[in-house]
Amino acid sequence: MKTLTLAAIGGGVLSTILSFSFTAKADNHIFYGIQMEQFEYRSGDEGENLFVWDGDAFVGTDELKLRWQGEGERDLKNDLYENFENRLVLQTPISDFFDAKAGIRLDTPSTTDRWYGTVGIMGLAPQWFEVDADLFVSETGDGSARLDVEYEGLLTNRLILTPSLELNAAFSDDREIEVGRGFSSAEIGLRLSYDLIDRAVAPYIGVAYERKLGKTADFAKDDGEDYEATYLVTGLRLLF
Amino acid sequence: MRKLLGRALLGALSTIAVSTAGYAATYNLSVDYVTIDTGDMKTKAIGYNGSSPGPTLRLKEGEDAVINVTNNLDETTSIHWHGLILPYQMDGVPGISFTGIEPGETFTYRFPVKQSGTYWFHSHSGFQEPDGAYGSIVIEPEKREPFKFDREYVVVLKDKHPHSGARILRNLKMMPDYYNRNQRTLGDFISDVSENGLGETLSERGDWGSMRMMPTDIEDVQGFVGLINGKSPEQNWTGLFEPNERVRLRFINASAMTYFDVRIPGLEMTVVQADGNNVQPVKVDEFRISVAETYDVIVQPTAEKPYAIMAESMGRSGYAFGSLSPQEGLKAEMPARRMDAPLLTMADMGMDHGSMAGMDHSSMGSGNENGMAGMDHSNMAGMDHSQMGMSKDDPFYAAGSGLTPKAANGGKFLSYADLKAQKPLYPERPATREIELRLTGNMERYTWSINGVKYEDAEPIRLKYGERVRFKFVNETMMSHPMHLHGMWSILDTGNGKWDPVKHTININPGMTVYSETEVDEPGQWAFHCHLSYHMASGMFRKVVVEGGPAVAALENGVQ
Repeated sequence: MKTLTLAAIGGGVLSTILSFSFTAKADNHIFYGIQMEQFEYRSGDEGENLFVWDGDAFVGTDELKLRWQGEGERDLKNDLYENFENRLVLQTPISDFFDAKAGIRLDTPSTTDRWYGTVGIMGLAPQWFEVDADLFVSETGDGSARLDVEYEGLLTNRLILTPSLELNAAFSDDREIEVGRGFSSAEIGLRLSYDLIDRAVAPYIGVAYERKLGKTADFAKDDGEDYEATYLVTGLRLLF
Repeated sequence: MRKLLGRALLGALSTIAVSTAGYAATYNLSVDYVTIDTGDMKTKAIGYNGSSPGPTLRLKEGEDAVINVTNNLDETTSIHWHGLILPYQMDGVPGISFTGIEPGETFTYRFPVKQSGTYWFHSHSGFQEPDGAYGSIVIEPEKREPFKFDREYVVVLKDKHPHSGARILRNLKMMPDYYNRNQRTLGDFISDVSENGLGETLSERGDWGSMRMMPTDIEDVQGFVGLINGKSPEQNWTGLFEPNERVRLRFINASAMTYFDVRIPGLEMTVVQADGNNVQPVKVDEFRISVAETYDVIVQPTAEKPYAIMAESMGRSGYAFGSLSPQEGLKAEMPARRMDAPLLTMADMGMDHGSMAGMDHSSMGSGNENGMAGMDHSNMAGMDHSQMGMSKDDPFYAAGSGLTPKAANGGKFLSYADLKAQKPLYPERPATREIELRLTGNMERYTWSINGVKYEDAEPIRLKYGERVRFKFVNETMMSHPMHLHGMWSILDTGNGKWDPVKHTININPGMTVYSETEVDEPGQWAFHCHLSYHMASGMFRKVVVEGGPAVAALENGVQ
């Protein structure tokens, strides 16, 4: 049901952007692209098996883009979605290197669903750090924030070492989804990829470490759940 | 109504005037889907009369050219006659000169041929030109030329890429360094640390990182195969000669994005023409040809052996190769490629105080010059990017630029400063006004513009018929831009007064300000743009409207 609503809203936003593009002059090209930063199998230190993805797609002009950002985590052992998140945002440049974006996010994991409104910025910070910083307000009125930072280290022009960091914080407790006020979770990763076909297909191996923090970690401990995990990852970076 | 009638009458009159001036010569071109086979890859492409490149169109000065162009594609097409002076409706730019040529339609171009020399033609629709829609034009002069030659060849250079033009631009929009495989890596970092120390290396990397620019960003689109007359290095285009013959080579750079450094090891080249206009002969060992430019050179091979035509791309990521040979099937030995890719410097960023440029200059001061001259070819190549800042540098590159070319044999490399018109085309007079065009862009977004405004958002540049306008090009980007004004000549200011060369394409290197003057002597509306295909498509483009002047004859098949 919620997926349907998301699709409907997506369609609405898409038609807005398309009509915008068509009313603009013919030379205002529409571009599109799809990218999977992470598309991987994770094998945990305690026998966990996960499939994880993190990607985005866009359609639009230099001035206005509709972007989908999605990430998810499927627990292959227990056949459930630990995390299933989709965002649709409209995005426009605000400086030479940064775009502002605003839109909606829907989380539909196997546990509790949540709607969010979101605003954020994404772009390229000095020294080539790719940054995505977002604020969210959920349907229950809880605020949260996320920072994603990534850096591509060129060992050679095809062999690329990518450290990444994701940091989540909440401004209030949302016990239903087991998030506590303060820094709630962090994930650091290190992936070594090789550009096999242009920039389109790049297989990688790497490690990822994720940990719940502060009160969120306490909630997990109270429930007798793991609050940290280390994974070996193998996957593909895709760009089309 | 009356006005319309008047126009029709004028049109009829001009047709008569034209037909008395010359005799009509008819040419036919079809625009076709073709396959380009470079030996290693076969790509679907667009060509003329069934092949890419298209034929060499041989026109005669003084004739009336009638060119029937039949569009066999399933999309709109157009042909622009690059460098030709003609009525604007015949210039072939959809949306400016005419509406384009629809699938199945035959459009007849008619124009009096009022010039001679080497030119080219290409589609001005979408990405058909990078996809193969280009050909050469040779216009035979009415009068005897001021140089002698025994035989001649057209040498068309092309950067043939396996990806279609549309895909290339989409990839660049997704990821501006999609095709840059010459980026600095960990290995470069380590070797820089061992050479310059950790502190200096970190601060240098920091300078580029804070600008979010790459010193390796010289060729946006790498991964191409360089073609000479449609032939890859492996396929070895060959021009035959008899020893001691004077051979005229008409070089045309029909590339989408790539500048080439051209040399023929063992032969001195005498440059006699640039962009179709004769220049005072200048002897060089090597020259750089910007996208869309032409240079005619004369060589005189004396030995009965094959000579290599070597055209390495400015960023050294690719090359074209062919042979001049005394007999068929004899391939020249390919000279060693210079694999050291140049690096941009802070001077190319327009920062004259830049720590890099300043430092290299002082450490590579005049004392090294003698030592440098004595070095052999391979060492020279290895020294290339540390040579920047040497005293006799080309004034058309920023002092300390990483792009400043050096001849492979240490000899003479052609500069714009060497180009002097053989015979001035226009009397010298001061410009009536100056128009500043800042060449601007954002590499990370892959947007390109003029004065910070993209084509779709820009007002046309309005010129007045009869004025002499001085264009001031200020390159604020880190890339070179070959700016092409349609329909009217660009007189490049090289400081030679009335001997300033007359061109159709003016290259402006990073960090540089270059002036050109145009006698506004053609009415109508024209295109003015960077000739790098993906810069042009991204917005580095303007419409030029010439106001006043004689009413433009509504030529047959022109604007109705």
